[in-house]
Amino acid sequence: MGAFLHMGGYGVYIWPAYGASILGIGAAIILTLMAYRRAKARLAALEKPRA
Amino acid sequence: MIFEFANPKRFMTLSGALLPWFAGAAIILLGVGLYLGLFVAPPDYQQGDTVRIMFIHVPAAWVAMMAYGLMALASLFSLVWRHPLADVAAKTAAPLGALFTTLALITGSLWGKPMWGTYWQWDGRLTSFLILLFLYLGYIALWNAIEDELRAGRAAAILALVGVVNLPIIKFSVDWWTTLHQGESIFRPDGPTISAVFIWPLFLMAFGYTALFMTLWMIRIRTEILERRARTLMLGH
Amino acid sequence: MNSVRALLFRDMRLATRAGGSAMLALAFFAAVAALVPLGVGADLKLLGRIAGGMLWVAAILAALLSLDRIFQADYEDGSLDLIALSPLSLEASAAAKIAAHWLTTGLPLTLLSPVLGLLFNLPEQGYVALIASLALGTPAASAIGAIGAGLTLAVRRGGVILPLIVLPLLAPAVIFGAGAVLSALDGLANGALWLVAAFSLAAVLLAPFAAAAAVRLNLAS
Repeated sequence: MGAFLHMGGYGVYIWPAYGASILGIGAAIILTLMAYRRAKARLAALEKPRA
Repeated sequence: MIFEFANPKRFMTLSGALLPWFAGAAIILLGVGLYLGLFVAPPDYQQGDTVRIMFIHVPAAWVAMMAYGLMALASLFSLVWRHPLADVAAKTAAPLGALFTTLALITGSLWGKPMWGTYWQWDGRLTSFLILLFLYLGYIALWNAIEDELRAGRAAAILALVGVVNLPIIKFSVDWWTTLHQGESIFRPDGPTISAVFIWPLFLMAFGYTALFMTLWMIRIRTEILERRARTLMLGH
Repeated sequence: MNSVRALLFRDMRLATRAGGSAMLALAFFAAVAALVPLGVGADLKLLGRIAGGMLWVAAILAALLSLDRIFQADYEDGSLDLIALSPLSLEASAAAKIAAHWLTTGLPLTLLSPVLGLLFNLPEQGYVALIASLALGTPAASAIGAIGAGLTLAVRRGGVILPLIVLPLLAPAVIFGAGAVLSALDGLANGALWLVAAFSLAAVLLAPFAAAAAVRLNLAS
């Protein structure tokens, strides 16, 4: 496990790189889904009083 | 075929059907790619374990460029054929493109540090992507600066097309410039040749990143369609 | 052709009067050139080395300074509508305005550059390259800048976003232009001046179309 994290001494570069990518992509996924759900809810609320 | 998407309702139905496939593909491709890249691939003869950064740098760079191309294509459809969804497609692609460009820069910088000794090196690759990031930011800023949605879309479309024409020139000029300066690193992050054990994770990650982009892009277009629908309903009230 | 010339001279007259963009660009150019040694230190060898690049950056920024006036002033007082309605095509008008901008900004900058080169202790071999690269490259700044100006015509804070749009697109000009000076200093014959010229030519030929499209778009509302 230690060797895996150590990555031949390069771990200090590899893991921040992977970390940043996961963070960035994760944030994009979360924000995208949140915006989608918000828009869907807003539309549903507007379409309701029609009944 | 493209004009079947012209109808927002059709796009919603079509994208609704396609989404699970793209999302699923993204998850599988990225999962297997990460496993192969982190656990199966051995350290490179020259670069050691840092070669593993290639598996997240090259795919990000690839998507960054692809996104701009798609943005420009959508802009073309917007200006020339007045395709109603083209504006939306271009607008929603930009922030995603900017994100992947930033990831490419960060991972590229971290990849370069053990090789060059500095976090930033004005090499052709990183410099081109820095300029690409500015192109994205300018594009997004233009969309935000113009109040009228329709006019903003047209203006942004012009900018995107000017940008895409300029991009190869920028790339060429940056490459030319790096050969001008001595002390340029001989180490190209791509490495001279890539053996099969690296190609598999690389391609899986590249396809995975692409599927991920497509998934997020489609969701963002759907979001925009829903928001526009809500806006017209609000006008009606 | 007559109306092109008329528009050209009109724009030039406007730019060269007191407080016009021509003086502003020159003043800014000189100011930057004077500030850089203050900031960087008086190491003459270093200054001589960076002269080409610094003067190129200063020239581009100086040209940018007056760019938002290329259409904005006419837009605000309604003359842009008249220009658009005139029998002269908007593309031709844009070309005339770009030419006027270069003649009142890029050209004076080019002419002033050798004097500023002296301030930077630019080595002898660099002067021809400096003047030639600026002469050949500043038209690209006017041309591409005009596209940006057209796009940001009716934007509230258009002046802020204009550099962000235009500067990345001008990167090749700076790279080739400053590269030409550096190559001259190092005795390399790499055709940088040809690249500057090619880039400028392409920009000057294509920009009027994009700029006109942008102006047309913003006038239509």
